[in-house]
Amino acid sequence: MKALRKLTWVEMKLFFREPLALIIAFAFPFFMFFVLVGVFGNEAESDPEDIEVWRGGGPADYYVSTYVGLVMAAAGLVTLPLRIADYRERGVLRRYRAAGVSAPVMLGSQVLVAAGMSVIAAVGIVVLSTTLYDTVLPESWPLVIAGAVIGLLTFAAFGVLLGAIAPSVRAAQGLGFSLFFVMLMISGSGPPREVLTSSMRAFSNILPLTHVNLVLQDAWLGFGWNWVAAAVAAGFFAASVVLSLRFFRWE
Amino acid sequence: MNANDGEAAVSVRSLAKRYGDVQAVRDVSLEVRGGEIFGILGANGSGKTTTIEILQGLRKPDGGELRVLGLDPQTQRDQLRHRIGSQLQESALPDRLRVWEALDLFGALSPRSRDWAELVREWGLEGKERAAFGNLSGGQRQRLFVALALVNEPEIVFLDEMTTGLDPAGRHAAWDLVRDVRRRGTTVVLVTHFMDEAEELCDRIAVFRRGEVAAIDSPAGLVQRYVNSSTVRFTYEGGDTISLDGCPGLRELRREGTQFTVSGEGPLLAHVASRLAQAAVYPADLRVERATLEQAYLQMAGEVDA
Ligand SMILES: Nc1ncnc2c1ncn2[C@@H]1O[C@H](COP(=O)(O)OP(=O)(O)OP(=O)(O)O)[C@@H](O)[C@H]1O
Ligand SMILES: [Mg+2]
Repeated sequence: MKALRKLTWVEMKLFFREPLALIIAFAFPFFMFFVLVGVFGNEAESDPEDIEVWRGGGPADYYVSTYVGLVMAAAGLVTLPLRIADYRERGVLRRYRAAGVSAPVMLGSQVLVAAGMSVIAAVGIVVLSTTLYDTVLPESWPLVIAGAVIGLLTFAAFGVLLGAIAPSVRAAQGLGFSLFFVMLMISGSGPPREVLTSSMRAFSNILPLTHVNLVLQDAWLGFGWNWVAAAVAAGFFAASVVLSLRFFRWE
Repeated sequence: MNANDGEAAVSVRSLAKRYGDVQAVRDVSLEVRGGEIFGILGANGSGKTTTIEILQGLRKPDGGELRVLGLDPQTQRDQLRHRIGSQLQESALPDRLRVWEALDLFGALSPRSRDWAELVREWGLEGKERAAFGNLSGGQRQRLFVALALVNEPEIVFLDEMTTGLDPAGRHAAWDLVRDVRRRGTTVVLVTHFMDEAEELCDRIAVFRRGEVAAIDSPAGLVQRYVNSSTVRFTYEGGDTISLDGCPGLRELRREGTQFTVSGEGPLLAHVASRLAQAAVYPADLRVERATLEQAYLQMAGEVDA
């Protein structure tokens, strides 16, 4: 426990010294969110078609929950795999291992840092959007928090998996960024799901962020708990945990 | 210390390890006694790193029996890892991790630890406490790694090419520190390519050759076994007819200007001195060149190539 606490603290400090990690975790999602909301505003639509697109609220109301999802995806898809692959490639994992750091402590500290950063970024998004655009707060806090926990776990596990299977830093980078951009575009943080073509929507259904966003958005906007999306996200989580344990290598 | 001081710190029997079709370790058996400084020498690729990383539970052996502090590094790694110190031949730290943070972190990872400020002083890293690992010079990194290997007050420490990259003063300082560490009761296993280092520090040395142990002995023992020629030198400024013909053990007499070099076997110095005295030649600088571990090592290496 002491080892986990200490390592997490050190890794957290390192995170804040890493400009790229900060940009991915904070600058980029914030920038996207404010561009979109700047363009679409947050007027509740009257046109029935638009009401359906934005699920009854304004565009900013629609996006705020998907950006909470997006910051988790950024940490899980980009930051985590990059960090793990980099540490493995350069022999940092070897060094930690020789010092008695176990795999659960090593990965646990990375997951905690990524999760901590996601929570900070998510709170930042919510605070800024409510003050600047007066977006709605969650209809149900408990369900949103439950959804956020699922999102954190899913992307933490998925990120560890990418880090575990990526043969090199370059591979981790390429894989992580590609998945991140694809999910960014069609999982709810880009064009609303309702305006996607049916094939795009079908494709988005195999992406974890789509389901995390659905859970968060449904809870946020008062549509209740989305059992199906939650189950799919949990499936991603379980599969990632099993596969990471199977494929994780120290060197 | 001697073998009666209790259990061997390390015992290895018929260790083997293969990577694909490279048989890195073929058949290694050795014993390291508690409290000694045990050296491992051998050519590049002879299996030194592989062997000591297996002993630290960092790699998996294919076969053989091993015990480190009475424990099996494979199955009892958890009990063992805080009792051993590791300086790995290849490893790194996060680039932005500071020197003091690394020492503090590694200390916190183990139940016992030394004060990091003291280690910083001992290993010559004063003024670098707040420097990031990525900005350290090669030698400074190396010093940090050795300090990290000692931060948990290990009972046995594995040093894999500890002084590679250190400046000469740093190397000598490191030797003193290693002796200190041993004085405090830590067993030291030292892999090195520097013969002076091995000769200076080690109580016993194993010479590895293609994944096997070619010889284990004290440095003096190795020299005695493998260097059977000795060299005597002197200066003579008189006439140019010095003859040592019939001097027992003589192999060769060479002359360069006023410098004479005699090589041969047995108690050469005494014989040469007596022959010179008979000729009423009394060089003031008559001396025997001490046979070194390096000669012994090269001799052993030569035997393989022959
Ligand atoms: N991880 C690995 N995968 C494949 N082959 C390896 C690996 N590690 C070592 N080897 C091979 O095993 C042999 C022994 O390597 P090892 O690192 O133990 O040698 P060494 O005696 O420490 O050499 P050096 O003096 O160069 O450090 C070498 O031929 C090396 O190429
Ligand atoms: Mg080596």
